[in-house]
Amino acid sequence: MKLTQQRKLRTVLTGLFAWTIALALFFPIFWMFITSFKTELQAISVPPSLFFEPTLENFEIVQERSNYLHHAMNSVITSFGSTLIALAIAIPAAYSMAFFPTKKTKDILLWMLSTKMLPAVGVLVPIYILSRDYGLLDSRTGLIIIFTLMNLPIVVWMLFSYFKDLPKEILEAARMDGATPWDEMVKVVMPLSIGAISSTGLLSIVLCWNEAFWSLNLTASEAAPLTAMIASYSSPEGLFWAKLSAASTLACAPIVIFGWFCQKQLVQGLTFGAVK
Amino acid sequence: MQRLTKTTLSCAVSVAACLTAASAFAETQITVATVNNGHMIEMQKLTPEFEKANPGIKVKWVTLEEGVLRQNVTQDIANKSGLYDVMTIGMYEAPIWGERGWLREIDTSGDYDVNDILPSIRGGLSFDNTMYAAPFYGESSMVMYRKDLVKAAGMEINDRDSWTHIRDVAAAVHDPDNGVYGICLRGKAGWGDNMALMTTIANSFGARWFDENWKPQLESAEWKKAVSFYVDTLSKYGPPGSSSNSFNENLALFNEGKCGMWIDATIAASFVTDPKQSKVHDKVGFAQSPYAATEKGANWLWAWALGIPAATKNAEAAQTFVRWATSKQYIDLVGQTNGWAAVPTGTRTSTYENAKFQQAAVFAEAELKAINSANPNDSTMKPSPYVGVQFAAIPEFQAIGTTAGQMVSGALSGTMSVEQALKSANRSADRQMRQAGYY
Repeated sequence: MKLTQQRKLRTVLTGLFAWTIALALFFPIFWMFITSFKTELQAISVPPSLFFEPTLENFEIVQERSNYLHHAMNSVITSFGSTLIALAIAIPAAYSMAFFPTKKTKDILLWMLSTKMLPAVGVLVPIYILSRDYGLLDSRTGLIIIFTLMNLPIVVWMLFSYFKDLPKEILEAARMDGATPWDEMVKVVMPLSIGAISSTGLLSIVLCWNEAFWSLNLTASEAAPLTAMIASYSSPEGLFWAKLSAASTLACAPIVIFGWFCQKQLVQGLTFGAVK
Repeated sequence: MQRLTKTTLSCAVSVAACLTAASAFAETQITVATVNNGHMIEMQKLTPEFEKANPGIKVKWVTLEEGVLRQNVTQDIANKSGLYDVMTIGMYEAPIWGERGWLREIDTSGDYDVNDILPSIRGGLSFDNTMYAAPFYGESSMVMYRKDLVKAAGMEINDRDSWTHIRDVAAAVHDPDNGVYGICLRGKAGWGDNMALMTTIANSFGARWFDENWKPQLESAEWKKAVSFYVDTLSKYGPPGSSSNSFNENLALFNEGKCGMWIDATIAASFVTDPKQSKVHDKVGFAQSPYAATEKGANWLWAWALGIPAATKNAEAAQTFVRWATSKQYIDLVGQTNGWAAVPTGTRTSTYENAKFQQAAVFAEAELKAINSANPNDSTMKPSPYVGVQFAAIPEFQAIGTTAGQMVSGALSGTMSVEQALKSANRSADRQMRQAGYY
């Protein structure tokens, strides 16, 4: 086999492998989507049917039973609100750790990451009681605070990884021109890192949007986001897969569309630092 | 300056008057936490009728998955958070929470007609003769079977057959090559899943969870016989993967025509006879649950009910809502609006006496018979100190039942023997009861 043929074969095989993984990842979403157009009986049929007469009945039921816009608005406000606060805290933190490291910087970073290793349920009771005492149960403010704290370690780490790869000479040049540390961060580092900041923000939004544990435990009606709406369609007695799929499709749609538009930034952000 | 003062004063008076007027007409909002099932969804749809009749009260619904609901309402009530004004609870929670003073007594005065509520259901939701939750639907367990398959196999199913006869019918109907399994039963681990059914089987084999001194009895000969029978029958004549099947999975199998029979909650009757959901809706027969050594505790008793937490700030509005939602008038409203087959059953005698309901629900008689035959105060052959048919109404039971459920499910899937499973379950129960100070 010639070298060019070998290369072609490798490219085809790599492509095939990538497509297989992509399809495997996409399949549950695809199945959820088509199940949302089935009747409950079609949804449970064995073998499962790929071709069927689609119905919009499940979407009608979801619209009738749930206040979709209310839940969607809660999701938008809590995801975007907590991401903005997380970025406002994380950018100065990552900047100081990247450009003015001390002996303990690495320890602090590791400690921050270690908080993500604790199972959330381990702190459920204290957080629930604190939320109750401060009147934050079933409030968007409470959820924003929790989401911010939940994602802060990841946001700081991602920004720190990017900031530390920025050439120090640029900052030195700015300093020579009389820039203060604040000017350096706002007028030099942030414009240079706009891609990293936006992709980190996007990831944080996606994580908040999909968060279910705290949403289910700390909210009831006023602040319940879309994840709580989906959970309400699971039933202990009665068929619910088609209705649940319709609710999930409606809940996923905004963030999928949003991610679609921002995929360039997201991929760029997730792969920065991977190849130097 | 004087004019300015006058203007300011008159403005202030107007604002105060507006605020007073607004507060006089202010709505009381009550939040109701509930589980997603057909009857509760209907209630949500009919809530505008309640709001129309009670203009000062606005109802907000929070629908949750059963496990999440239990976790949320327990957190709310134990921490006195006051997040919910009305909560959906079961027969397990009502007497325990009532005893602890976590729930308000249900106001049964006036035209509520508390004596119309089925006595077994009322008793299960009470502590010390005080009702702490009002039932909106009740259920027992019974046999649902395919009349066509049983007849074709030359067999018969009657009320209160023996378990051995049920196994023989399952063997005769079992035809896995054609996608039909003899019997479908719960196998998924959980005190409300496999252990609900398992406890009724064990009761009928003469077993009990605890003796008179609260010592766990899971290693008794009766439990061994019952669990061995269950594992053997379901392994031989059940669908593959039974250890992960609970109500919904078996409902799906039955409605697809893949089960010869299914023993589960009476509420299933309305689903398996619904042409929209079931391929076998016109071929289903019903019979009372089977027994072995005794008929006591052979079928379970459960009710979903509405309770009012002690910490609520809107107790009066909550009482008004609960009384409406569990009244005879509400059942009439559902019957008139959605048809009599859709009314919440298992709560009131008057429902079963209604000719329209009798006509619409083919399962009505079997359901009432099953509910009336269950007695939570006397569900075991040997004396036992606890209340409850398929559970023991003590706070420790949830953990004990869940562990036992995991063990029995393990025995069903073949990861351990029945003896090992019961030994582990008993050891765990013994430890928990000892720690809780029962002995």
